[in-house]
Amino acid sequence: MRERLLEIESVTMKFGGVTAIDALSFAIARGEIYGLIGPNGAGKTTIFNIITGNYRPTSGRVLFRGEDISGIKASEAVHRGIARTFQNIRLFKSMSVLENILIGLHEQTKYSYIEAILRLPRYFSYEKMMREKAMEILEEFAIAGFAHSNASALSYGNQRKVEIARALATNPTLLMLDEPAAGMNPIETEELSRIIRKIKEDYDLTILLIEHDMKFVNAICDRVTVLDYGEKIFDGSPADAVVDEKVISAYLGEFRNA
Amino acid sequence: MKGTVFKTIAILSTLLFIYLCDRFLDSYTLSIMNNIGIFAILALSYNLINGVTGQFSLEPNGFVAIGAYVTALFLIPADIKSDMFALVDPAETVLAMHAPFLPAIVAGGIASMFIALLLSFPVFRVRGDYLAIVTLGFGFIIRIFAINNPAYTNGAMGLNDIPDNADFLWIGSIALITFVVMLHIVYSRYGRAMKAVRDDEDAAIAMGIDTFKIKTTAFATSAFFEGLGGGLLASFLTTISPDQFTFMLTFQLLIIIVLGGLGSMSGTLLSTVLVMGSMEWLRFLDDDMVIFAMHTGAHPGMRMVVFSILLIVMMLFARRGLFGDREIMDIIGEKLGKRSGR
Amino acid sequence: MDLSTFLQQLVNGASLGSMYALIAIGYTMVYGVLRLINFAHGDIMMVGAFLTYFAVSFKFPFEAAVALAIFGSIVVGILTDKIAYKPLRNAPKISLLITAIGISFFLENLFNVLFGGVPRAFSAPEYLSKVMHFNGIYMPVTVVIIPIMTVIILASLLWILYRTKYGMAIRALAFDIPTVKLMGINADSIISIVFALGSALAAIGGIFYAVSYPSIDPLMGIIVGLKAFAAAVLGGIGSVTGAVLGGFILGFTEIFVVALFPELGGYKDAFAFFFLILVLLFRPTGIMGEDLERSRF
Repeated sequence: MRERLLEIESVTMKFGGVTAIDALSFAIARGEIYGLIGPNGAGKTTIFNIITGNYRPTSGRVLFRGEDISGIKASEAVHRGIARTFQNIRLFKSMSVLENILIGLHEQTKYSYIEAILRLPRYFSYEKMMREKAMEILEEFAIAGFAHSNASALSYGNQRKVEIARALATNPTLLMLDEPAAGMNPIETEELSRIIRKIKEDYDLTILLIEHDMKFVNAICDRVTVLDYGEKIFDGSPADAVVDEKVISAYLGEFRNA
Repeated sequence: MKGTVFKTIAILSTLLFIYLCDRFLDSYTLSIMNNIGIFAILALSYNLINGVTGQFSLEPNGFVAIGAYVTALFLIPADIKSDMFALVDPAETVLAMHAPFLPAIVAGGIASMFIALLLSFPVFRVRGDYLAIVTLGFGFIIRIFAINNPAYTNGAMGLNDIPDNADFLWIGSIALITFVVMLHIVYSRYGRAMKAVRDDEDAAIAMGIDTFKIKTTAFATSAFFEGLGGGLLASFLTTISPDQFTFMLTFQLLIIIVLGGLGSMSGTLLSTVLVMGSMEWLRFLDDDMVIFAMHTGAHPGMRMVVFSILLIVMMLFARRGLFGDREIMDIIGEKLGKRSGR
Repeated sequence: MDLSTFLQQLVNGASLGSMYALIAIGYTMVYGVLRLINFAHGDIMMVGAFLTYFAVSFKFPFEAAVALAIFGSIVVGILTDKIAYKPLRNAPKISLLITAIGISFFLENLFNVLFGGVPRAFSAPEYLSKVMHFNGIYMPVTVVIIPIMTVIILASLLWILYRTKYGMAIRALAFDIPTVKLMGINADSIISIVFALGSALAAIGGIFYAVSYPSIDPLMGIIVGLKAFAAAVLGGIGSVTGAVLGGFILGFTEIFVVALFPELGGYKDAFAFFFLILVLLFRPTGIMGEDLERSRF
């Protein structure tokens, strides 16, 4: 196995008396596209929130590039190179598409508060640079034409793209996508998988995604982990997953239709 | 480049306007303009934390009080202080405090900012709307401290004989500076981050934004300009006392920023003029009225009843105010852009 | 401090704490179901005291006046929610908070305009104004009656919250509104019940306050309201037992600190504020509270 980028080591998460994640372990190698799948309520989003620092695990560790990052501040996780999107799209609704991307670039826009207030040269040079970079990212997603539109005015599929573009703008090593294809039609889904593969190459990314659409997972993921009630029931290639007895029974045959 | 030229022209002509007003207007009109100028400074800075950053706060009266007291103590000469303090002798530091006008008001701003930084720790490290209740409480606490520390504040009697350096040249220019600074903040990575915190705090964190830092920055900036405005107010009024800085002041500012649009600096400027004007115009509501040959008697506070109803009605039916969360320049720019078929 | 002074101050503290507790409950319950700091809640207490005052001055017997005032306060509380808060359930949080402060300021100024800002003497019936004494301790009847009545009222409230269908619904609502809707409970009517209970308790607190201090004014609810909110945070916002605990802790602290250090008397009204700051710094969930603000994804 190549260098391990992310390691989940027997992570358990309890809310009150409820165990949402039970002693879960898996590891993602650098450069992989990794799928986290399972029925609703299996604990997939909870794992996301643990990796991004929103929750501190009850026990167990999360290692990123070999360093323990369990329970770090969520903004710190971004600085270390972990970016995410949300299951229900959460764009900054009062702002334009371009501004949404510029917020992703916030930490790389390195002029100080005083420089902004006094409009010193660094303000202008960085604003110009960041706007160009933002447009570049938007072009990657073929939505540069919407740069000045209000983010909430876009179609659902395009809002998803803006959200991924915004996460990409934070310059991550690990990009985490929470159901990126949800609500997209087959053509949009097809386009999305092409874009994801392209940005993975262009930006040298490792990708962890949660998804329901098995066709999409099959088309894009190198490996998958299947969760059911907070426990891992399968680990391996997506092709093997769909024929696995346990996985099939967990989904009650959902996969056979896919 | 075109923008910079336009901006320079706008600033220079505003300065000329301020100069001409100060030179040619009568003192009554000027006092109204001074009032509007001070309220504009306060409302613009208040809108940064409430409107742009979306953190509900009720701080202005407290911070204005701090700025007013600090500035007053720096401006009043030592011998006058000794004469004025009736309950106890002024403290050594109070007697030693003396500074020219500009440093004195800046000191007022810095003092407010310092308190704001201290208050940030308890309120911004936790989620929830504690800022509102802590700042509301702070407005009352400040009064308690002013009354209980007569060696610094002359207690309930307050300070008078404050030198009246604050003319319209000062007030107008500082209002202009406040407006420009606020716009520079809004159109920068900091302003964007503040708006991001307002729109969706979790998503802002997911962009790597340290939301504690951003909220604290916005709050401290608001506090600085409110302290500055307080200093101007003290010098403009020449007397101050603890009972002057009540919640009423904060409430007026809240009405102004809601009417102008939470998050819109240009809207705030316009609504300051509207609200201050109608405050003046609605004065008759507080007076004795004759309705159907019957005297209603004087009703101090009637205006405030009207204004609180106005606030509630705005919140229910016209939440976006005049300009929503946008600037007039952007709204016009977009209209023009659409027309020219961009 | 000798034993008799200590006992006397203990009862005073319990009496003051009772008022804070009664008012704090309204804050904590509304916060629990709506995540709203109901700034107008302190003013409901003022409304309760004023309605009692006017009913008495219209020759109502005191007990009837109290009943009337409680009923009137409940109406004001429910109307506040229906008119000002309900239309904003899906609006940004800040709109709701601004409306709440608007309502608070409206009530204060309305009463100011209608009845004047000068404090009015509040006359309680004779049996409440007596002073008892035993073993050299003198105390007004009220300071003994208030804590006893408060305990009875709180016991009934806990019974409602934990033993009735409506109480269960209120507690369910405090955790998750959508789920309650799925369960077929009408969230709006439960919210009305919360406002009714909170307002009734605030009115009772206001009447206790009026009887103890014997004076009322339109702005009396501000400081007491702020303190009661601090008490609710101290106890753990969202928790009813926490609010009661917080109220009593605050009451005892105010009384005993001033008794032991008279030179701090001028800062008495500031204690609650420092409590609030300390709690937020070191234990934001309060004594009994759960983290209601945990972000939901």
